[in-house]
Amino acid sequence: MNVPTMAEMMAQGKQPEVLFWVGCAGSFDDRAKKITKAFVKILNKANVDFAVLGTEESCSGDPAKRAGNEFLFQMQAMTNIEVLNAYEVKKIVTACPHCYNTFKNEYPELGGAYEVVHHTELLKSLLDEGRITIEGGKFSGKKITFHDPCYLGRANNIYEAPRELIKKLDVELVEMKRCKTEGLCCGAGGAQMFKDAEKGTKEINVERTEDAIEVKPDIIATGCPFCNTMMTDGVKTTDKEDEIEVLDIAELIANAEDL
Amino acid sequence: MNYIDNVAFAILLVLGIGFFVKNIRKITRNIKLGKDIDRMDNANARWKNMAMIALGQSKMVKRPIAGVLHIIVYVGFIIINIEVLEILIDGLFGTYRVLSFLGGIYNFLIGSFEVLAFLVLISVIIFWLRRMVLRIPRFWDKEMKGFPKNDALNILYFEMVLMLLFLIMNTTDVQFQEMNSGNLISQFLVPIFESFSLESLHTIERVAWWIHITGILVFLNYLYYSKHLHILLAFPNTFYANLNVKGKLDNLEAVTNEVKLMMDPDADPYAATPEDESETPGKFGASDVTDLNWVQLMNAYTCTECGRCTSSCPASQTGKELSPRAIMMKTRDRLEEVGRNINKNGKFVDDGKQLLNDYITPEEIWACTSCNACVEECPVSIDPLSIIIDLRRFLVMEQSAAPQELNIMMTNIENNGAPWQYNQMDRLNWKDK
Repeated sequence: MNVPTMAEMMAQGKQPEVLFWVGCAGSFDDRAKKITKAFVKILNKANVDFAVLGTEESCSGDPAKRAGNEFLFQMQAMTNIEVLNAYEVKKIVTACPHCYNTFKNEYPELGGAYEVVHHTELLKSLLDEGRITIEGGKFSGKKITFHDPCYLGRANNIYEAPRELIKKLDVELVEMKRCKTEGLCCGAGGAQMFKDAEKGTKEINVERTEDAIEVKPDIIATGCPFCNTMMTDGVKTTDKEDEIEVLDIAELIANAEDL
Repeated sequence: MNYIDNVAFAILLVLGIGFFVKNIRKITRNIKLGKDIDRMDNANARWKNMAMIALGQSKMVKRPIAGVLHIIVYVGFIIINIEVLEILIDGLFGTYRVLSFLGGIYNFLIGSFEVLAFLVLISVIIFWLRRMVLRIPRFWDKEMKGFPKNDALNILYFEMVLMLLFLIMNTTDVQFQEMNSGNLISQFLVPIFESFSLESLHTIERVAWWIHITGILVFLNYLYYSKHLHILLAFPNTFYANLNVKGKLDNLEAVTNEVKLMMDPDADPYAATPEDESETPGKFGASDVTDLNWVQLMNAYTCTECGRCTSSCPASQTGKELSPRAIMMKTRDRLEEVGRNINKNGKFVDDGKQLLNDYITPEEIWACTSCNACVEECPVSIDPLSIIIDLRRFLVMEQSAAPQELNIMMTNIENNGAPWQYNQMDRLNWKDK
């Protein structure tokens, strides 16, 4: 695996085509790290000229902003923007819809204007340009349902890129009764990931997992590390671990051809 | 008709419209209690939204049954109002069906009014059945008890009675029935009144006519107290709605200035004190309605309590206290309370209450996942999420009153740049394992 950092690139006088913003989940969460690696493997295979910030990366500020801490958010944002601008970053790709949303929509006013793409969008354009090919491989014939991350779907109107990638896998894409604009949240957004839910009758991730179970999928695909955690937990809670796997789109593509 | 009728009608009209205008002024004043926000940019997109969402009802039909029935009532409501124009002229000048000189066109118009009135009546009855017999859950949530429930029923009864009166009025209008043109629906009701004398028919016709127009004026004035205000406010509300993608929250400018100052190595820390000492520093976030912006306050008056937001909210669906509809209803209730306070005292006198805690509890706002389902669902572009975020901002930045787990998350971000307690120097370790 070849993972150059921006600092290394700069030392060699090079400017990568795109910065891969790994995000906190992608850097530290054991499950999400697998998504990060799967994505990097695809980038390597497609010879994408990219780099990461490594230890110079810091939280985008999304959970702080959604929790109401605008100070902390803007501190994070402005610190990140200083780093990004110092490296003259033009384009950012990230596998986290929360980082994606803050960069794309909330950083520009604070002085950080970049072309921001979600990893499913980048993968889709790599596919369109013929830089990667997607084959079903070990997923051929499987039934896959896609859970729309709120910060990709409703927040930014991206519904098709992940679906088009799944369809290329030679699988059956089935939609849950609540999907796209009507997709139900996994329960992690708005900083809920970091706290217990308020008193209620049910956990949101279980409610959502039941939506998925209804369509009897072999795989629940997502495009967000937090949705991944919530759906994985939901599958465990409902005792479906042996029947249903929760995978990120990047993992589907990388694993299909055993990268 | 003698002049007494005309004078009585004129007085009724002046009173009805006068009260209505007075109440509209109150609403406008209350909405203006909100903070300023610029929503005049991109007028083209705004007109388009209003045309599509309010006039064209584009979001209503996302739930097809309620959507189609609503369109019937809405179209009926607008078109039948042409008839009200005639009623006004007849009432003021003692004329009889003044527009009938239009001949064939008139008969066509009256015919379509009758058909619409009939369809509206049927739709409203179905609405009532959905509420009271099918008991669709979103009409029976916890915030829909007492006045909100009765309000919804009052509106349906008002509409039923008004439509019935319109049809009875036409049925018992002997001259109109003799023309036998335009009486598409009322001709079938004529047999009901067969045994009545001409004189009683005339009396019934007059009584129906008077109650009908009085009912319309009363209904007009009921709007101010009711969720039915949406028939007017849906238009400005969709026009002034947020045009950004839903994921974008505003960046507080006051915070930006402070953060910039903190990060500027050349900033003189002693120069930071405000030059004008009398200027009270702004509050971060919102604890009361006057901290919200005027669009958020207009949102509250526009809400018709249909509950599509709540029925799609992940927190509401899993039994949490939060209901986006209740957020809007409570905001309106508090705003009304502040308004009454101003009416009484001339200006707002502290009543020891505020929107946060007294109306909306922290438990509600901390249950939100910011998923935007409520914003997506609203048929008139109301944004409950923006109010929830503003209340959270107050709790966190003014009161440091976030749930403990969130405080830990935020401390982690401050200390090590991640919501969990990992060393920032370990950020790239994933690539070696």
